[in-house]
Amino acid sequence: MSLEKPYSDIPGTVIFDADQARKGYHLNQFCMSLMKADNRTRFKHDERAYLDEWPMSEDQKRAVLTRDYNRMIELGGNIYFLAKLFSTDGKSFQYTAATMTGMTQEAYATMMLNGGRSPEGNRRVGEAPAKEGK
Amino acid sequence: MARITAGVATSHVPAIGAALDNGRAAEPYWKPLFAGYDFSKDWIARQKPDVAVLVYNDHASAFSLDIVPTFAIGCAASFQPADEGWGPRPVPAVAGHPELASHIAQSVIQQDFDLTIVNRMDVDHGLTVPMSLMFGQPERWPVRVIPLAVNVVLFPPPSGRRCFELGKAIRRAVESFDEDINVQVWGTGGMSHQLQGPRAGLINREWDNRWLDRLIDDPEELAKMPHIEYLREAGSEGVELVMWLIMRGALDARVRTMHRFYHVPASNTAVGHIILENGQ
Repeated sequence: MSLEKPYSDIPGTVIFDADQARKGYHLNQFCMSLMKADNRTRFKHDERAYLDEWPMSEDQKRAVLTRDYNRMIELGGNIYFLAKLFSTDGKSFQYTAATMTGMTQEAYATMMLNGGRSPEGNRRVGEAPAKEGK
Repeated sequence: MARITAGVATSHVPAIGAALDNGRAAEPYWKPLFAGYDFSKDWIARQKPDVAVLVYNDHASAFSLDIVPTFAIGCAASFQPADEGWGPRPVPAVAGHPELASHIAQSVIQQDFDLTIVNRMDVDHGLTVPMSLMFGQPERWPVRVIPLAVNVVLFPPPSGRRCFELGKAIRRAVESFDEDINVQVWGTGGMSHQLQGPRAGLINREWDNRWLDRLIDDPEELAKMPHIEYLREAGSEGVELVMWLIMRGALDARVRTMHRFYHVPASNTAVGHIILENGQ
């Protein structure tokens, strides 16, 4: 019998549950390794060689190399672990969140200043979009 | 006898710590946020708590995916600020209270809450940002802290109900500690926010404020709210709010609201802050 996942119809959202954590174990532990300055230096020197030390899938490695955060999340990454990767790049949570929405950082920051993304139209897949169309 | 006098809850956004550490607190973007804590700094200077049981979550700093404890209590004499990838925050080390911490651990385990005991861990922004918001930038923190780390990163976190009941158990534990000390319980994290995916940036002001109303007046019922409602209404990271229910469970059924503050945005997040006192 499979686990109930009532959250699978939330649009644009992957919940980091047991299945995701299992898929993403090595991807997340690779990110964790970047908390050490020596490892950051080695990673920056040759990203591909550093990644090849980890038993990650080719898809996961490619997502890291291209900094495709939505793909990393889909492949089991968790945002707090991925934070070590974008911190290594000198990027912020807001920059990274913006890239995942497909907005420029400026447009995203403006949306936040205007009260953020409305929950209207964003609760369930297939729900009618908000009238203002944020 | 030790007593719990008050509860404090606040969001713990890392960008708030960075703004303070980099001397940007007076900038127009941050000024209204820090102003929401002016009352709180005066209040806590008058209250002079001896110990804060500080409920927070670790963000892949002390705990990797190797070990994920649902509830972990810090029993060490001190805790260092964690290096989260850009060097540790320039804030003082956090002094613990090993005697009360181990007393709480023994007591609540005997009340059926199976805490993980941690004798060595670094504490990240989840714990140090609330300290900065309440105390500013002192050379030493004026309170001892018992860190209580709750897993809200790997789904599922503990239920709201379980958190609320743990708060009650912590209260019973504190009240059976012989020393005459003033203890506060803090809940941190939230409010609505989502940091990942195309839905990142979600904020739900109405829902947040209704949740605060219920936290004050109707916590027993609020504790029954299922995780799916947090995820849908308050974003994937908004589920951190279950930690505030531990704070609320440790207080009287009826409390006095001393301060309440809500602000959008801090980076990606809605900031909520509340101070509740026991006693009619």
